[in-house]
Formats: sequence, structure tokens, C-alpha cells
Amino acid sequence: MTETIASRADVIVLGGGPAGMCAASAAARAGSDSLLIDENSQGGGQVYRAPPAAFAETSPGAFGPDHAIGASLRLALADSGARTAFGCRAWSVSRDVGGAGFRVDVCDDNGLKAWRAPALVVATGATERVLPFPGWTLPGVHGLAAATVMLKAQKLLPGERVAVAGCGPLLLAVAAGIAKAGGKVAGVIDLASVSDWLRVLPGALSRPDLLARGAAWVAGIAAAGTPYLRRHAVTAALGDDRVSAIALSPVAADGTVDRASQPLRIDCDALVIGHGLVPNCDVTRILGATHRYAPADGGWIAVRDGDMRTSIPGLYMAGDGGGISGAAAAALQGELAGLAAARDLGALAAQRHLDLAAPLRRRLGRAMRFGRAMAGLMVERPGLVASIPAETPVCRCEDVTRAEIDQAVAEGAREVNQVKAWTRCGMGPCQGRMCGDTVAAVVARLVGGRSAAGAFTARVPLRPVPTAQLIGSFDYADIPIPRPAPL
Amino acid sequence: MTTVLDVAVVGAGINGATAALFLARGGMRVALLDRGQICRQASGVNAGTLTMQMTRRALIPFALEAHAMWASAAEWLGHDVGVVVCDGLSLAFTDGEAQLLSERVAARREAGAPIDLVDGKRAQAIEPGVSDKVLLAGHCKVDGYANAYLTGLAFRRALEREGVAIMENRPVTGADRAQGAWALLTPEGTIRAKRVVLAGGVWLEDMASWFGCAIPIKVLINQLAVTERMPVAMRTVLGIASGLLSLKQYPHGTVVIGGGWQGLGDRVAGPRAVIPENLVGNVRLACHAVPALERSRIVRAWLGLEAETADALPAVGALPGVEDVAMVGSIHSGYTSGLSIARHFARWLLGAPLHPGIAAFDPARLVVRPGAR
Ligand SMILES: Cc1cc2nc3c(=O)[nH]c(=O)nc-3n(C[C@H](O)[C@H](O)[C@H](O)COP(=O)(O)OP(=O)(O)OC[C@H]3O[C@@H](n4cnc5c(N)ncnc54)[C@H](O)[C@@H]3O)c2cc1C
Repeated sequence: MTETIASRADVIVLGGGPAGMCAASAAARAGSDSLLIDENSQGGGQVYRAPPAAFAETSPGAFGPDHAIGASLRLALADSGARTAFGCRAWSVSRDVGGAGFRVDVCDDNGLKAWRAPALVVATGATERVLPFPGWTLPGVHGLAAATVMLKAQKLLPGERVAVAGCGPLLLAVAAGIAKAGGKVAGVIDLASVSDWLRVLPGALSRPDLLARGAAWVAGIAAAGTPYLRRHAVTAALGDDRVSAIALSPVAADGTVDRASQPLRIDCDALVIGHGLVPNCDVTRILGATHRYAPADGGWIAVRDGDMRTSIPGLYMAGDGGGISGAAAAALQGELAGLAAARDLGALAAQRHLDLAAPLRRRLGRAMRFGRAMAGLMVERPGLVASIPAETPVCRCEDVTRAEIDQAVAEGAREVNQVKAWTRCGMGPCQGRMCGDTVAAVVARLVGGRSAAGAFTARVPLRPVPTAQLIGSFDYADIPIPRPAPL
Repeated sequence: MTTVLDVAVVGAGINGATAALFLARGGMRVALLDRGQICRQASGVNAGTLTMQMTRRALIPFALEAHAMWASAAEWLGHDVGVVVCDGLSLAFTDGEAQLLSERVAARREAGAPIDLVDGKRAQAIEPGVSDKVLLAGHCKVDGYANAYLTGLAFRRALEREGVAIMENRPVTGADRAQGAWALLTPEGTIRAKRVVLAGGVWLEDMASWFGCAIPIKVLINQLAVTERMPVAMRTVLGIASGLLSLKQYPHGTVVIGGGWQGLGDRVAGPRAVIPENLVGNVRLACHAVPALERSRIVRAWLGLEAETADALPAVGALPGVEDVAMVGSIHSGYTSGLSIARHFARWLLGAPLHPGIAAFDPARLVVRPGAR
């Protein structure tokens, strides 16, 4: 390809959240030529997403502590000497043929480019788990994570009367964020009980600042007189062409919906809901690293050592993509990964590496206690999976219901890729990135667990690529058409 | 397991599954073993094209017969496998391609494929989606495609109805001869059968070696890509003269782009990686043929392993010097022709004389050193 300009770096970092920014900075400070690639226009990722310049200028300081941390990470990145490729879509990752190391293919408005490096740090974060319920595909229903983007980056409210449902700290953060932005929270519906929250308190005590912030959120919700339903789940979003109300029922600790009790109803014009976060390990899976199923970490994760090395030499995984542990832990993991990459490449002497890494590891331990405590609130609840009604679509791209998945298993499908082939679930534009975890959870119940059920095979492109961008402009004569097949 | 089956078929791709089905229908007690699941290798991930215009000359009679079988799958298999019968065009954009096309169309016509040469204007009338840069096209009314990923489901149902014992996740590791029967070794115990059919796709080489036969099988790593659902862009099956493009739009709107561009992988590790340049080249070719494809998005690219013998012709028949073991596979565009070739193969095992066209595919010609026991 004439337009593919091979470019080299020592360390490529994929993903510009806290883990990725810190990995790129740490590697660069340690003397490696590091390159950070992200499709967004600035670093920050989901949690420290930079607000559009116009907002930042008109209301500096209005974005809370997260904004300040994000801004300082962006500054540190700029100071470190790391190179950045923002607004750049990485669509393919592969082991570099011939050379040792990795190849990352990107495309942007300037065309295609292949980057090569002996070290690759994957910092691709998490995706949100939304377990299906009747009406979950109605307009006005959003994920909690999507709602944080609306609030933070666009300063938009999801609706005028917003029901907030699901589990974990995002639930409270979003409810508080909506109230702060002047919206009305119609109700907070939490899968967890008070005792579930109390159970994670010891871990949460490791970060009194964040704990205090959470407590303030809860107090704010109570002060506003917002209904707070604990151990409840949304069982339906109601409405004709948009959500206008939700139905709720009590649930057991494992999420099993109590169908015997009369459902409650809350009127609203938007529902934001999320059932936890799932590590995004597409890249390490495509590259063939060893993974294991770790429910407490959010799902399938790459097996790593204390320096974030995966089973493949030169490949590192940092942040939520390696197991849900939160922003503070992600930043520290990123830094450790960047240092380890620099050390493994010979840029950093072994002793110097140890000196730099030791304090980070101590801080990571503390950050992990908090992050893991929060992750504990977001684990998959098997009873909630079991409660997905038969006629509810699980794969929304291809409109495949839970009953169709059950049927495929009844006909002999034994793992998710076979279920996919027989039903088309996971074959739509999202390629199972939204439904994959749920499909696996549904199949796992029928085939004897997650390991047997497996996971949808990860493939390139990492995101749908506009064909026009992929092909660029070309002459037919320049297409390297291989020799004709034999006659 | 003490029972002795009539036949154990090893490898549940299109060849093994078809052979097992017709052997069972012929009255034999059959087990079908696969180390993975039914039709999840080449036979489940291929492009599903059922075309004469990519078929090797020697296979045309079988491809024609198989095309009719695919078109009537609902009747004899009990599932239509998403088959759509439509026109097909093989395109030439340059003088060199036009020359190649003329030669290949002539050869395939001689072998019985009803292909006509048409000019660019006529090609556009047949397929309005095609670009105006076409100089010459081969036009065939016997064309179409199946939905390959449904193959396993379709065959599973049919095989269960015939009482075939489907043994999935049962890798065979070797074979022993005992008391006039073969014992196939698997981690979960031995399977005993009077006769063994090897239908292992690219793994035929390993399978033959269990019996002391050295038959080299080359592994092609074919890349495919698919778009998201898009408005109707084409209604025919399209290829190019060299065979390096295959295109069709499924009724649900996705377009599968293939043609045998190569990726990375091998028989041991399986598919390893899509080669980005080859994906881009393949997609450029596709957009050159059907410009509307530029307005889609590519959502997935994947790889599959296809077998090729030294002379690129199939390996079908008895294993030389080995009692009661036969093989079927390595059929170019074998998703199409496998159906009829494996059925002839089954009829032969059931006692019918071997179809003369298939006798030419005798595995004996492929053995590189005599090592049969
Ligand atoms: C990407 C791609 C696209 C293609 N496109 C087309 C097309 O459009 N049209 C067309 O006609 N043809 C096409 N082909 C060719 C066609 O797919 C193959 O010719 C055909 O599917 C081969 O079938 P098979 O049964 O011989 O092999 P396979 O389907 O590969 O089956 C072999 C089976 O053997 C099993 N096996 C291997 N080792 C063992 C063991 N030790 N024990 C037990 N089981 C074992 C495997 O698990 C596998 O299931 C394509 C091929 C590929 C790869």
C-alpha cells in the first residue's frame, strides 16, 4: 500500500484514559520513544474526559475534582515527551511479521498508517454491561457510562425526569451529576442493599476522600427527596416511541427478580441504567494472550504479572481492561506498565526500575482495595441474568431474543460462537461488544459455566471502519492482486 | 466402547458431514467425530459462494451437480442453509484480465459450465450495481450462495434424524488395528469401527500419517470481510477473472467480501492474523467492482484454513496400502463441490462403482514416500 507509511516507536500505548496516559508518560520519562493512540481528540478516557474547549473556557473549575486530575494527567503527558496520535482510529493489531513486536494499523482523515513497536501497552478500559429487560431498546434508555459522557463532555441532561438504575458507584455519581446540572432525578433504583454497601466499606476506607464524596452524593439524593429503592431492579421500560415510565420489582441478593410482588411504577422521560463494567480485552485476545474468567474483576481478563506483563513478551495490559479496579488504580497500573516496558527494552536499568516501581506498587495496593470494593458492587448477578424474559432481545443489533439463544443451545450449540452462527446474535455493527457478555452469561447457565460457554472470538477491525476511509484513493493498477488461482 | 461401528468419519466439515449423512441413509451405523464442533472450520466460516466461475475445470461436473443439491437442500437436508440462487458475473477490467477471462470461460464451458461472455454494458444491465469500468464479463445463470455459518445447524439436525452419533470435542490422536477393525484413539476412549473415513480438511495430512501415509497438504489462509447491513447494492454473485474477488449481498443486507487473499496462520496454531494490506487490497477490488460499497462500514474480518494438494486437485478414495481407510477432501471451492463429491464417495463405500471422474482424485498419486503398513 503506497499510503501505508510504516512508523516506529519503542512503546505504543493503545487507549488514552488514565492508564494509557500514565503508561505513555512513564515510558517516555524513562527514555523510551512512546506513542499514545486514541480516537478521541484529547487524553482523558471515560473518567477524565476533557470537556470541549468552549465549556472549559467559560466555566473553569466547574468540573469537579475529576477534571483537575484529568487536566494534570494531560499536562504530565505533554511534559513527558511522549508522542500522541489523537483522533486516530486503531483498527487492527497484529504481531509484526518478521520483526519482533507489534503492529497497530490506524486510519484517520489523512489515510492509513501502520505503527510498529517492540512493546505494546493495551489500556482499552471497560465497556458497560446492561442486562436486557423489556423495553431496553426504547429511545430514552441510556447506559450509565453514556450518561456520564453526556454530562461531562456535552453538559447535556438525558431527560427532564430521569430514573437512574443499576449498581455500583456510577449509579450515585450519575444521580448526583444530574441533580447538580439542574435535572430532576425521578428515582434511584439500586440492585444493592444497605448491607451490600456496608460490606464494601472496609475496602472503601482506603480512600476516605472518595468515600466522603460518595456519602455526599447519597445525602444529596436523600435531601432532594428523591425515592431511593434498594434491592430493586427495573423490569421494564414502558412507552410507545420513547420511555415514559419504568416498572420495578424487588430482587434477591443474586438479582433474581421477585415476580410475586406487585411491580412499582415510576414516571420518567429517560432511564439511565448500567449493571457494571466489563473489561475490554479485545486487543489482548486478538493477539493471543492467555486469559481467565474472573467474575470479581468483571469478566475475562488477561493473565498479568505485578508489572502488567501479559503472557506475551512485550505486551502489557493496564487499567480496567485488565480487571475493573477504577481510575486511581488504572493510572498506577499504567505507570507500572510504562516503566516495565522501558525496562524490558533496556531503556531503564533494573535497579532504577525497582526504585521507581516500589512506591507505585504500594500505592497501587491501596488504590486496588478501593477499586476492588467498588467492583464488588458491579459483579454480574446470575439471578438477574436468569430473570431475562424469553421474548426480550439480548442482541439488539440483530434482534435475537433470549428464547432464540436458549433454542440454539437446546439444538446442540455448546459455546457462544456456535450460538452466534446459528442465531446471528453478535453479528451486527457492534459485533457483540455490547451483548457478548450477556450472551455468554445466558449460555453459561445452560452449558455448565463461563469457561465452557467461552467468549465471542475477537477480530479486527477493532471498531467498524468506514469503507471509504479504509480504501482511500487508489489506482486499480496499483492494487497488488495476487496471482490467479489455478484453473 | 465395545460396539463396532460400520464407519467412523473423522472430521465434521462439509465433506465428513455429507459422507456421514449418506452412509447412514445407506443403512450403515455411523459415528461422526470432530475435535471441535460440527462445521466450525472451513465449512462454517467460508464465503458460501456456489459459483462455477471460481471452480476448477476438472470439478465443473461436480459443482453443477452440487449446485442443484444446494438449491434443493430444504428437501433432502431439511434446511435451506440460506441458499439464494442468482446470476453470477466474473469481471474483467483490463485487457489482460479480458484475455484471461476469455480463456477461462472457454475452458469452463468445455467442461460443461453454461457461461457466456458479455460486454460491460450487458454486465451492467444484468447487475446495475457493477461499475462502468467493466470491459468484459463471464455471465452464468447457475450461481448463488449459501449462508455458510448455518451449515452446522442444518447438518446437525439431519444427522440426528438419521441416527448418526455426533461426537463433538473428540479429537482423534491416532489409530490401531485390532480384531479386524480400527480403533480410533481419543482422550475419552477408543471408538471402534470396521471402516474409517478421513475428512479432516487441512488436517488430512496429520490424519493420513496415523496410518503411515505421507500426503502433503498445503494450507491456504483465506481472509474474508463483511460490511454492516446496507441498502441494496447488488443482487448477483460477483468475481473477477483472476478469481481474487468474491462478492455477494445477503438478504439481510450485509456484503461478504472475499476471493482468497491470504492472512497469517498455520495448521497447528490455526488462523493467526488478518494482513491489513491484503484486507485493504481486497476491499479496494470490491469497491472498484461495486462503487456503492464505499458507503458501507467494514465490521469484521476473519480467516479460514483451506486445503490444497500438490496438484491442487482433490484427494478422494482409498488410502494406498491401508485396509478399510479412505479419505475425502482438499477440494478447491470445496464448499460447493464437496456436497456432490462426498455423496459419490459415500455411494462408493456403500458398494457402488466409483464415479470415473472421482477415480482421477485417487490419493495414491499424492503419497510422497511409501510408508503404508
Ligand atoms: C475463508 C474461506 C472461504 C472459502 N470460500 C469458499 C466459497 O465461497 N465457496 C466454496 O465452494 N468454497 C469455499 N472455500 C472452501 C471450502 O470452505 C472448503 O473446501 C470446505 O469447507 C472444506 O471442507 P472439509 O470438510 O474438507 O474441511 P473442514 O470444514 O475444515 O473440516 C475438517 C474438520 O476436521 C476436524 N479435525 C481436524 N483434525 C481432527 C482430529 N484430529 N480429530 C477429529 N477431528 C479433526 C476439524 O475440526 C474440522 O471440523 C473457502 C474456504 C475458506 C477457508
